Amino acid sequence: MKYRGQKVHPVGAWRLNLVRIMFVLMVAGLCWRLADIQVVNPEFLRHQGDARHLRQVPVVAHRGMILDRHGEPLAISTPVHSVWLNPQDVLANDPRLPKLAKLLDLSTQTIRQKIEQNQSREFVYLKRRITPELSAKVKELGIQGVALQREYKRYYPAGEVASHIVGFTNIDDIGQEGLELTYDAVLTGRPGLKRMVRDSRGNYVEGGELIRPAKSGENVQLSIDLRLQYLTYQALKKAVSEHHAKSGTAVILDTHTGEVLAMANQPSYNPNNRAGLKPSDLRNRAVTDLFEPGSTVKPFTVTSGIKSGQFDTSTIINTHPGYYRVSGHPIRDFRDYGEIDLATLIQKSSNVGASKIALALDPAALWHDFASFGLGEATGAYFPGEAMGTMPDPQSWRTLDIATMGYGYGLSTSAMQLARAYTVLADGGILKPVTFIKTDKVPRGRREFSADIMHEVVHMMVKVTEPGGTATRAAVANYHVAGKTGTAKKAISGGYADKRYQSVFAGIIPASAPRLAMVVMVDEPQGEYYGGAVAAPVFAEVMTGAMRLLNIPPDDLPMTQMQVAHK
Amino acid sequence: MSSLLSDGRKSHQWQLSSILRRFHIDPLLLLGLLVLLGAGLMMLFSAGGQDFGIILRQLVRMGMALTVMIAIAQIDPDRLRDNAYWLYGFGLILLIAVLLFGHEGKGAQRWLNLGFFRFQPSEIIKLAVPILIATYIAERPLPPSAWRILCGLILIGLPSFLIAKQPDLGTAILIASSGLIVLFLAGISWKIIIGFLVASASAAPVLWYFMHDYQRRRVLTFLNPENDPLGAGYHIIQSKIAIGSGGLFGQGWLQGTQSHLEFLPERSTDFIFAVISEEFGLIGVAILLFIYLLVASRGLYIASQAQSSFARLLAGSISITFLVYVFVNVGMVTGLLPVVGVPLPLISYGGTSMVTLLAGFGILMSIHTHRRMMSP
Repeated sequence: MKYRGQKVHPVGAWRLNLVRIMFVLMVAGLCWRLADIQVVNPEFLRHQGDARHLRQVPVVAHRGMILDRHGEPLAISTPVHSVWLNPQDVLANDPRLPKLAKLLDLSTQTIRQKIEQNQSREFVYLKRRITPELSAKVKELGIQGVALQREYKRYYPAGEVASHIVGFTNIDDIGQEGLELTYDAVLTGRPGLKRMVRDSRGNYVEGGELIRPAKSGENVQLSIDLRLQYLTYQALKKAVSEHHAKSGTAVILDTHTGEVLAMANQPSYNPNNRAGLKPSDLRNRAVTDLFEPGSTVKPFTVTSGIKSGQFDTSTIINTHPGYYRVSGHPIRDFRDYGEIDLATLIQKSSNVGASKIALALDPAALWHDFASFGLGEATGAYFPGEAMGTMPDPQSWRTLDIATMGYGYGLSTSAMQLARAYTVLADGGILKPVTFIKTDKVPRGRREFSADIMHEVVHMMVKVTEPGGTATRAAVANYHVAGKTGTAKKAISGGYADKRYQSVFAGIIPASAPRLAMVVMVDEPQGEYYGGAVAAPVFAEVMTGAMRLLNIPPDDLPMTQMQVAHK
Repeated sequence: MSSLLSDGRKSHQWQLSSILRRFHIDPLLLLGLLVLLGAGLMMLFSAGGQDFGIILRQLVRMGMALTVMIAIAQIDPDRLRDNAYWLYGFGLILLIAVLLFGHEGKGAQRWLNLGFFRFQPSEIIKLAVPILIATYIAERPLPPSAWRILCGLILIGLPSFLIAKQPDLGTAILIASSGLIVLFLAGISWKIIIGFLVASASAAPVLWYFMHDYQRRRVLTFLNPENDPLGAGYHIIQSKIAIGSGGLFGQGWLQGTQSHLEFLPERSTDFIFAVISEEFGLIGVAILLFIYLLVASRGLYIASQAQSSFARLLAGSISITFLVYVFVNVGMVTGLLPVVGVPLPLISYGGTSMVTLLAGFGILMSIHTHRRMMSP
């Protein structure tokens, strides 16, 4: 071959063939390499790839709501974001850190310290539960290794009104107080697991494959009626402030079911903002604080007397001259009531009369009857920190102890226990557990007294709120109220304090067909201190509203023209 | 293979084919190139985060590069040969200029700023070296004398050294090999080739001594990437992970997780092959490599049909260098070769290398279409 006088070198031909072989070998080599990576042995790499962008992240479960008996929310969880960082990913000198610090109201120094002190960890919270607007701004900064986590913040719509009942959760959404604590296991769901896709900045890409869905916690519907709760809270708060009292507590129970319809305390706290909270404010005093019930036990003493057969409605007790001595200690009445029957004993609250009944009875029987009212035992409400009260062993009683027991000294009870005891009177002698959970059917109770005795005693107690009684200010228009006042000198270590009182009123309404039992206790009122003056008006105020709200038919309507004419 | 590479001469009666022939365009080569460019746009859309702006810019570059290719195809190969020394000299001067006043980018002086645009003189040299060596060696009957080989080596070594100084070792090696391929095709004896290989192997420690720190690190990383998974080995490991997660069939276009979640660095440019592997799997990349092989083989066929030693040597060098580029890029992405910063030809995002590559194919077309009919 000749071209322009140049010889085309024949050697080129086989070298070109060699190149062709090389070509095929090169491509075949690459394919072999790729096959090795992609098909023959990809497991390691695929796992590595997954490890790099897949993370198993817990999905926070929604905590169940706490509702009142009509479905009004008392505690709800709202979604919020928390900011966390991976100290191994964040650069301590990232120029955007000061901006982040400013957004989160932290100092840049604090953030840097968190990064430097947690170098071995992959997850450190920076700020919990920020507002959605703030979390959007944090996300916008796009700092490597800083990410958001979805959480729930607990919110309590009723605030301080129901705070002692509902309690609250801590930053990790675990119940700490109140029913949030009691029913934590029910309210807490089961966190789910999500396989999240993560980019190299550590940000979770939206979406992700759900391995196990989060199981939301169950709602808990309380027996509380939020309307009654508001009424009770406001009336109690007013009374405590009017009387410059140290504290106060009030409980309303449904006499048939033992449900707590309302329970309020003063002082209270706002569960949504617990900054600067005093630990004593957290106490649900109706459940945790004990006091000597004083005269409010007199219906129990009378019950025991009737049950023993030694007393009946016609029995006359001589209380003249309004005081007498037991083992050298004087027992006094407010004034000399003379010869009185049991109804008058209760109406006038005669200490002499009550102690005489107590002394006439077998101490063990008296103790047993008091215990039958639920005194000295758990109410069955399972409220955290519940106090059971004290009922001293009758074998250790001296004569004076028996006498004072008759009018409510020497034993102690919580407001809730006392209210439960009054449901026994109201419900014809049946003792039931107290519950904070709404129940449809009446729980099985235990009959402790005959219905007849109970009706007799309740009938006597109506006189207390009628003219001539100690608690006329507990009267509710158009309703019969059966109740009993109590004014106890406050027990302090080594005896009783002078001029420090606990004013109590316990009542049942409507007396002819009881529906509600309420106990009001005001601690250390200044000025007036009789239960009938301090605690009874709270009962009247709350019950006037409650009768209307619950649509309970009146049992004491003034006779109409028709009825009068008919008569 | 030759059946696959039938060159279309039978169909000269076709209208389209005659137009292409008139403009000195080789239809088979053009088809192969367009397939690769199209695949490139598709992958760029995925790797670039589905940004039409990137696609548009790349399209403009492709248009420019194809124009350059067609323009060069009109030039008779003899003109190239006549001006080979000038071209080479011009490129050499620019390389020196880069070293003196060059613009720094990513830690290396490679760019020359001409006010209105910046370009890399090494791109001119990529073509100038094989043109010059082919010219020089073809001046005398083949095989070349030892003296000519030595002079050729010096002509190859000079620009390679200047580029290695920039420093851009990858390009320097590729340019040197484009010249050496010419020498190989010209018919250097095996003794010399083997001697050269032994010499370069023994020169490796010396080379190590002269290497920059980052170059040494690359070599070490290449030898054992898992040593430093978050540092220098990161590129290779991430890339292998992306490839591995593609499996046999791939995760589908736009579905690659490694590449889209920003784990894979340089995913639009040097590491785009990893994106292809993840999204199209072994089958997809095997087809892609086969297309590359077809394009290079067509070039080799053109070389075999060339009518002068110069044309044959030059066409051979351009074709082989093209496949070497592919091999180096894929080898780098799959961890077979160290990371040297060579883009995947015609697919990686970026303009300059595409212009040079298509200019090379323009030369191939020119060589093939400027053959003179002659009697045997």
